Amino acid sequence: MTEEKEEKQENQFLIDSDRLSEKALARKHQLENDPSCRKDPMEYFPDMEQIHSDVREEVIRQVEAYDYEQYTAVDVRRALEHKTCSVEDFKALLSPAALPFLEEMAQKAHLETSRHFGNTVYLFTPLYIANYCENYCVYCGFNCYNDIQRLQLNREQIEHEMKVIADSGMEEILILTGESKKKSSIEYIGEACKLARKYFKNVGLEIYPVNTDDYRYLHECGADYVTVFQETYDLTKYETLHLLGHKRVWPYRFEAQERALMGGMRGVGFSALLGLSDFRRDALATALHLWYLQRKYPQAEFSLSCPRLRPIINNDKINPLDVGEKQLCQILCAYRLFLPYAGITVSSRESKPFRNGIARICATKISAGVSTGIGDHEEKYTGREEGAVGDEQFEICDTRSFRTMYKDMAGEGLQPVLNDYLYV
Amino acid sequence: MVKVNGEDRAAAGFSVTGWLQEAGYQPAAVAVEYNGSILGRTAYDSTILKDDDVLEIVCFMGGG
Amino acid sequence: MEKNEEDCLVLGGHKFHSRFILGSGKYSLKLIEAAVQDAGAEIVTLAVRRANTKEHENILDYIPKQVTLLPNTSGARNAEEAVRIARLARELGCGDFIKIEIMRDSKYLLPDNQETIRATDILAREGFVVLPYMYPDLNAARDLVSAGAAAVMPLASPIGSNKGLATKEFIQILIDEIDRPVIVDAGIGSPSQACEAMEMGAAAIMANTALATAGNLPLMAAAFREAISAGRKAYLAGLGRVLSRGAAASDPLTGFLRD
Repeated sequence: MTEEKEEKQENQFLIDSDRLSEKALARKHQLENDPSCRKDPMEYFPDMEQIHSDVREEVIRQVEAYDYEQYTAVDVRRALEHKTCSVEDFKALLSPAALPFLEEMAQKAHLETSRHFGNTVYLFTPLYIANYCENYCVYCGFNCYNDIQRLQLNREQIEHEMKVIADSGMEEILILTGESKKKSSIEYIGEACKLARKYFKNVGLEIYPVNTDDYRYLHECGADYVTVFQETYDLTKYETLHLLGHKRVWPYRFEAQERALMGGMRGVGFSALLGLSDFRRDALATALHLWYLQRKYPQAEFSLSCPRLRPIINNDKINPLDVGEKQLCQILCAYRLFLPYAGITVSSRESKPFRNGIARICATKISAGVSTGIGDHEEKYTGREEGAVGDEQFEICDTRSFRTMYKDMAGEGLQPVLNDYLYV
Repeated sequence: MVKVNGEDRAAAGFSVTGWLQEAGYQPAAVAVEYNGSILGRTAYDSTILKDDDVLEIVCFMGGG
Repeated sequence: MEKNEEDCLVLGGHKFHSRFILGSGKYSLKLIEAAVQDAGAEIVTLAVRRANTKEHENILDYIPKQVTLLPNTSGARNAEEAVRIARLARELGCGDFIKIEIMRDSKYLLPDNQETIRATDILAREGFVVLPYMYPDLNAARDLVSAGAAAVMPLASPIGSNKGLATKEFIQILIDEIDRPVIVDAGIGSPSQACEAMEMGAAAIMANTALATAGNLPLMAAAFREAISAGRKAYLAGLGRVLSRGAAASDPLTGFLRD
């Protein structure tokens, strides 16, 4: 790719607001323009636990050595013929050489998915309980410099939202917050988990990374699954996108899933945000991150997501660059062949036709009735408007309600499953 | 009597070196367990067998 | 594998070029040297037994000096007995390698994985290079690795049965999941079976009865050597495309994708 083209492809993330004070604006610009004023992304904050693990080194070693242009159709054919997909096979399946084999990959992925999951597809909904955030991640709608309506639900509001969702028939919930430990403390999130256990059979968390003890506490409060998106495994790129806050510490984020498992969580989820950096390398890193942890914690459950960049409030130009639907499908098929046992979640960022199609190939979990805003399930589910709502993290694409999704999935010949979970 | 490889033998009074010679073992080819613990080669001379001692004398043989 | 990289079997930090571990049981001492030679073996297994004063032949005199000795704990029925035999073997002065073999079943001679894990834990702490013979069970293999095993040695079929890879699927799981050499031990009855295990990705083959019962032992040793080497090469080369039978795609699954 020529440099000119590459430039054209870059996202323009940086957006100023005239509501920021002069001082805040100056600080924002300094962070954006002067790398030397930014914290070392490898340096832990004092309150961050450091575990001893070789997983990160192993993953990065493999990713750095990955040259996907080296793979040819021969490598891809061989990978498709193997009974078990090796790391080398997976690398071939992620390479550009595999794109012409997409239909074959999809057929094989479909078989693998049926072998491990039958024709089931799980439905869940995310519940954002706060959008306060202390980080400046330039592509995210919640970033601390973005001028949005902030809101944090109190106990009653959380319970109300949960009731609305549970009444719709949903049995599994994913609780999300913006990444602010000050505003959304462990205790606050713990209370939300306890409430969620009253209404749902499975409670997952997608919150800022915490220490092992905190994960243990949240597990005791009822959460059993932790998802953390690494966003990008490319440290150099990561550093230029996450300019401020705890999230800037790249290795602490990387080790979150392992700490969650050490804290007793049953399962963990992984993802890179596709479109931030070289998506093939990020996909490789994500899958290897899971693969190495699976070997270390074979008792745990694992899942992958595959979000692509989406427009956010105040910046509708953000897009997933070179990760088109075909590339996304290729990644997901490669994930399925390499990690046949892993759950694959496809978010409402994707369109209805894409989600219907991918559920037949390899996705095992689909969100429905989604809002990435705060406190607006009532409005979305019943059409009744009351009280303040907080702004959304990103624009969703597939707006189907739980009922519609259930019907649609059944229509695709799939068996929608609300829950098959056993708390032990 | 000393129990040597499960059999009662009149070995009391011998040093281990002495007994190995007396019984016809090749000292270089065997290892000795004395009352349940390995007896180092350097202790063969100084270890004097007494009644009720238990001695295991082993060697390598063909095996898979 | 990188082209210039040497293909070695590494056990407890020791490098070997041969992937054929030769047993020395059930045949005449006089044949050992020729067997080792023709097998190209660098590791030979031995048993530890009560010394017999009537027998003045020392097996070690028949084994070429450069060969690494791998004493086994055969005869042990629990971890304590295996540990005892291992310590005696080390006292015999032939290095720190030990193949743990614990059987509580004298009919099928199947290894006891639980006791083997216990013995591995104790002996690895004492500095032994522990190679446990085991029933191919993934959980047990993981426990063995955690306990400090330098490799795992799953059985292909019951010991001495020459029945080949009866446990193939389970050995494949170990090869895929365990970060240590997987040495297929017991039951390999012919060179073709050894080759098949090596093609699957086994790190080495241990064989004894198949040779001991052959008409011409050194010739069979050579046959095994070549088969093991061929299987290894096939594994490293990456097995090629095998056309699957009757797998015709029905509906296209990717028609919904937009450019």
